[in-house]
Amino acid sequence: MPKPPPPLWLLAEVTHSCPLQCPYCSNPLDLIPKKDELDTENWLRVLHEARQIGAAQLGFSGGEPLVRKDLEVLIGASRKLGFYSNLITSGIGMDAERVERFRALGLDHIQVSFQADDAVLNDYLAGTNSFQHKLDMARAVKANGYPMVLCFVIHRQNIGQVRQMLDLAAELQADYVELATAQYEGWALLNRDHLLPTQAQVREAERIAHDYQAKLKGKMRIYYVVPDYYENRPKPCVGGWGRVFLAVAPDGLALPCHSARGLPGLELHNVRERSIEWIWNESPGFNHFRGEGWMKEPCRTCDEREKDFGGCHCQAFKLTGDPTNADPTCAKSPHHHLVEKAIDTSELGLVPAKPMVFRQRNKRLEVKG
Amino acid sequence: MPDLDAKPALAPGYRFQWEPVQGCHVLLYPEGMVQLNETAAAILSFCDGQRNILRVIADLENEYAAEGLREDVLSFLAEAVERGWVRYA
Ligand code: SF4
Ligand code: SF4
Repeated sequence: MPKPPPPLWLLAEVTHSCPLQCPYCSNPLDLIPKKDELDTENWLRVLHEARQIGAAQLGFSGGEPLVRKDLEVLIGASRKLGFYSNLITSGIGMDAERVERFRALGLDHIQVSFQADDAVLNDYLAGTNSFQHKLDMARAVKANGYPMVLCFVIHRQNIGQVRQMLDLAAELQADYVELATAQYEGWALLNRDHLLPTQAQVREAERIAHDYQAKLKGKMRIYYVVPDYYENRPKPCVGGWGRVFLAVAPDGLALPCHSARGLPGLELHNVRERSIEWIWNESPGFNHFRGEGWMKEPCRTCDEREKDFGGCHCQAFKLTGDPTNADPTCAKSPHHHLVEKAIDTSELGLVPAKPMVFRQRNKRLEVKG
Repeated sequence: MPDLDAKPALAPGYRFQWEPVQGCHVLLYPEGMVQLNETAAAILSFCDGQRNILRVIADLENEYAAEGLREDVLSFLAEAVERGWVRYA
């Protein structure tokens, strides 16, 4: 096999701990406990090795990365290595001073996420009073010379307020706003019947987003991507398996996609045991879905396979039981009815049988079958 | 067409650097990256917020011992502004 192209993105999931409890969290139900987290020294080695093989974008995420006391050390090191570093945060765990410190250490970008545009819904979804602090932090970010980048995760509980969210962002003078779709993995998948919006809601949100894009052109950039469930075609899995993206989980497991843990037949390695270079270039896990050898029908002969690479393997596994099936969000998939059925449940406004489950802070969830 | 006295600079949050593994200059910004061809990289390296457009053109022509770069520079800058990479100081 020819040597793969270099990874461009390193996602450092430095912890699964988080002071919030969002029910749409895409972290696994089996949260990694603090005692199993990589230590500072190992993270520094990961950064160094990933940079050496060409990673340029670095994301600190989690969980809530601010929980890590050594975040300053990691940020300082990434700047020296030449990374463009992104902090993906809820804003809880920093104050204006810490933002200033990050700036001085060379952090390039901070993205602050909101649950909603108003305190009541925001704090309900977050499970914590956090709205006011988020506003303060969004302002602190901008006051430190950063572009203000806000992210709202959109789902049925808040999709009716997209207009208000964009108004809030405009009022805060945000530079970028991402209206992100909940990724139906982990906690979000568990709560899917509470979260999946209806087709009409998705289209209305799209219309409003386009409206504001036109209205605020040149002032605020708005990203809104229609969720794959409604598009009849999957999104390319993380830009193609093992093509651009490398994630390292809190316990050091290197992942081609942040939800790839637990895919059957996938042999993954830990950065404690192997170098990043070996993991990226040689490891069976990263080579598993490279190329097209793994494909079955309908993907194998599909003329769109270079566009989406068959979609998301984790989604294929979670919904069909086999990660080598076509992503069932694709209308050509023989399992597409599973996705249609999930949307139907939201169309019909059925009251889900189970209550919404808020994410645990750092404990594991006992899932009883 | 912009005022030739305007001074182009990278927009806040953007970083321009050489990537040895990819063998090219890139522009990095929040959660994204573009690989630049040599012309684009050469022009951007002069967009420091100090030189006005006329100086950028003159310095480029000087550095590369070339003439008539004006159109290239103007059309690149127009696109760079449109994409949000460059702002006028
Ligand atoms: S059949 Fe497979 S390759 Fe074709 S569009 Fe659907 S998921 Fe993509
Ligand atoms: S793949 Fe899995 S494997 Fe790829 S983007 Fe999706 S959740 Fe991920």
